[in-house]
Amino acid sequence: MSVSTSGGKDPFIANLNRIYAGYTGGFLAFVVILGILEQLGVPDRVIGYLFVFLTIGVYAYIGIISRTAQVAEYYVAGRKVPAVYNGMATGSDWMSAASFIGMAGSLYALGYGGLAFILGWTGGYMLVAVLLAPYLRKFGQYTVPDFLGARYGGNLARMIGVVVLITASFVYVVAQIVGVGIITQRFLDVSFGLAVFLGLAGILVCSMLGGMRAVTWTQVAQYIILIIAYLIPAFLMSAKITGVPLPQLMYGVALERIEALENAFRAAGQTPPPGVVGFHTAPFIGPNGQFSMSAAVNFFALVFCLMVGTAALPHILMRYFTTPSVREARASVAWSLFFIFLLYFTAPAYAAFAKLEIYQNFINQPIANLPEWVKNWQIMSPYGVPWINIVDVNRDGILQWNEFRIHPDVVVLSTPEIAGMPYVIAGMVAAGGLAAALSTADGLLLALANALSHDIYYKMINRNAPTKQRLIIARALLILVAIAAAWTAGNMGADILFLVAWAFSIAAAGLFAALVMGVWYKRTTNTAACIGMLVGYIVTFGYLIWSEFFGLSFIEVFGTKEAILNAARAAANLPQASAELKAYASALVANAAAVQDGPLAWFGKALSGLGMHTDHVVLRGRVVARLWGINNISGGIFGVPLAFLTIYIVSQFTKAPSQAMQDFVESIRIPRGGVRLADAREAVKE
Amino acid sequence: MALVEDVPARGNSAPEGPPLDPEKARAYWKKTSALMWTVLFIWFASGFLVHIFAPSLNAIKIAGFPIGFYMAAQGSLIIFVVGLYWFARRQNQIDEEFGVQEDA
Repeated sequence: MSVSTSGGKDPFIANLNRIYAGYTGGFLAFVVILGILEQLGVPDRVIGYLFVFLTIGVYAYIGIISRTAQVAEYYVAGRKVPAVYNGMATGSDWMSAASFIGMAGSLYALGYGGLAFILGWTGGYMLVAVLLAPYLRKFGQYTVPDFLGARYGGNLARMIGVVVLITASFVYVVAQIVGVGIITQRFLDVSFGLAVFLGLAGILVCSMLGGMRAVTWTQVAQYIILIIAYLIPAFLMSAKITGVPLPQLMYGVALERIEALENAFRAAGQTPPPGVVGFHTAPFIGPNGQFSMSAAVNFFALVFCLMVGTAALPHILMRYFTTPSVREARASVAWSLFFIFLLYFTAPAYAAFAKLEIYQNFINQPIANLPEWVKNWQIMSPYGVPWINIVDVNRDGILQWNEFRIHPDVVVLSTPEIAGMPYVIAGMVAAGGLAAALSTADGLLLALANALSHDIYYKMINRNAPTKQRLIIARALLILVAIAAAWTAGNMGADILFLVAWAFSIAAAGLFAALVMGVWYKRTTNTAACIGMLVGYIVTFGYLIWSEFFGLSFIEVFGTKEAILNAARAAANLPQASAELKAYASALVANAAAVQDGPLAWFGKALSGLGMHTDHVVLRGRVVARLWGINNISGGIFGVPLAFLTIYIVSQFTKAPSQAMQDFVESIRIPRGGVRLADAREAVKE
Repeated sequence: MALVEDVPARGNSAPEGPPLDPEKARAYWKKTSALMWTVLFIWFASGFLVHIFAPSLNAIKIAGFPIGFYMAAQGSLIIFVVGLYWFARRQNQIDEEFGVQEDA
C-alpha cells in the first residue's frame, strides 16, 4: 500500500516521469507483441479480448495501489499533483466517448458545421484559466458547491449548486456508460446490457478505493493510451494517402480530393446520404449549398454554450483543486488544453482521411465486392439501424453516394478496417475509446458522489461525522450512483445520447455566472446569486424539456399562425407521434382558419428581421421547437446572459455583502497567504 | 487562518505575512483585471470574430486548406493554447511585481 504520509517527499510523486515513461513503453511493446501474434494467426476475437481486459486490468491495479484512508487524499489527491500531470488527467477527464469516438464522426457527417465542437470544447479553457481556476484553487476546499456555500452564505446556495451539478453530471455519465457499452458490445461480442455492466465494473475499481487520488493516476494512464490510440491510425492513414506521416499538416490534400469527388458525384446526379453534408469545407450552408443564416447563428450559439459549459462543469473545475499551488493551477490549465489540443487538431484530419478512403474506394463499386469487415459492422445499433447500413436504393447492385450510411459513432472505431490496417490497430483504437469513456465516467461519478457525501451528508446533515464514516458513505454513494447510471444507460440506451450537449447548457446557465461574479464582482449578494442560479437553471432546463418533448405546445405559445400550422402538419404526419398528439394536431390543421398567432408570438418573431424565425424541426422522432431558429442543443444561449443580468440587478437592490465577506473575496484574489472565511463554520477541518 | 489543516500545502498554510496594504492590493487587482480583459478579447476574437469571415476566407487556399476551414479546425486552437501559456507567464510576472506570489 502506498498511502503517503503528509509532509515529506512522496516517492511516487518524485518518480512520476520514470513510472509513466516505463508504462508508455510497456503499452507500445504490448501493441507490437499483439501485432506479431496476429501475424502468427491468433484470431481477431482473442486480440480484442486481450486489449480490453489487459488495459482495464492495469487501471484496476493503479486504482487498488492508490487506495487511501485520508480525506484530503480522497477528495483532492492530497493537493500534490504537478501541473503537467494534472493537465494529462484533466485531458482524459475531459475527453469522453463523445470526443474520442464521436467527434471525428460528427466532422465526417457535418463538415465545417462539426468544427463548432472543436472550437467550443477547447476555447472554454481560456475562461477556466482566467476567470476561475486560480481562485478556486486559492479558496482551497474540496468541491465546487463548497465555494458557492462559503461565498453565498451557506446551505441554500450550496444546495442549488448541488442540484445543477447532479443534473448536468448525471446525463453526462449515462452517455459515457452507453459509449462503454457500444465498444464492449462490438469487441467482446456480448449483449448491450451485459456490456454496460462490465464497463461499470471497470469504472468502479478505478475510483472506489482511492477517490480523487486513484482517479488522477488512472486518468494519466488512460490519457497515454487514448492519445496513442488516436494518433497512430491518423499517422498511418496520412502516410498511406499522402506519403507523409503528418496528418495535421497533410489533410489539405484530402480536403481537395473530397471536394473533387463531391463535385463528381453531384455531376452524376447523386445525393449525399441522410445526415451527411455534400460540401465538406463550406461554412454556414443549408442543404442546397447556399448560405444559411440559421446555420451561422446555430454554429456560434453552439460554440458559445460549449465554451461556457466547459468552464462550469464541476468535474473539470474540481481537477484544479488538486495542484500544489495557485501558480501551478494556472500552468495546469495551459497543459490541459495542450493535451486536449493534441487530439482535437487531429480529429478533422481523421475525418477527412476516413471520408476520402470511403469515397474513393467504395462509392460506385459493386455491393457484392465490399470487403468482409463491412459485415462485422452491419450489427444492429441501439438506434434500430445497423451501424453501417448498405441500402441499395435503386437496386442496381452498385453502391451510390447516398447508399453507404455509416453512423457517426463508429467512424473512428471502424476506420482502421476501412483503411485496411491490421486488426491489432482496430483493437488498440477500441482500447483508446474505452480509456476515454472510462476516464470521464470516473471523474463524473466522483463529482456526483462527492456532492452527495461531502456537500449534502457532511456539510448539511451530519457536521460531526467522523472521517472514517464519511469515507464509507462516500464509497457507498459512489456505487449507488454508478448503478443508477448504468441502469438508466441499459434501459434507455442511445436515446439519451443527445442529452450530452444539454449537460453543457445546464451547467453553463446554472453555475457559470454565480462562480465568475463571486470572484470578480465583490458586491454580488447571497440573494442575487441564489436567484441568478435558479433563473439560469430553470430557464435553460425548462426550455430544453419544453421545446424537445412538447414542441407543438411551445410553438403554440411563441409561434405565428403559419409556424403553428406547419408544426401541426408535421406532428400529424409523424409516424412516431402518440395518437393523442396526432389527433390534436390534425384538429388544428382541419380548423386552420381558427388558428391565431400564439400569445407570445411578438417575442418569437422579434428577430425575424435577421432571418431568425421561431420554427420547428423534426428530430429524434419528435417535433422539436426552436425559438428564433436556435437548436435546443444550444439552449444555454438564453440562460447564461439571463443569469448574469439577474445577479447584477438583484445585487443592486439587496444589502451589500458584509465586510468579512468582502475580505474573503479579497483573500482569494491574492495568491499569497491564507483564506479569510466570512463564516468559520464553512471551513473544512479534519 | 489556514483552511486545510491536514495537508501542509505549499503557500496556503504558510503563516500569513503582513497584510497587503489596500493601495497595493487595488493596483494589483487592476493589473490582473486588465490582463483578464486582454485574454477575453483574444478569446472572443479567435473563438468568434474571425469565423464570421469564414465564407470569404475559404476563397484562399494554402496547401489544400481553405483558410476559413483551417482557422476553425486548427488556427484558433493554436491561439488558445499559446495564449494560455502566455497568460500563465504574464500573471506570474504580475504576482512577483507586487510581491504576492506564494512562498515556495
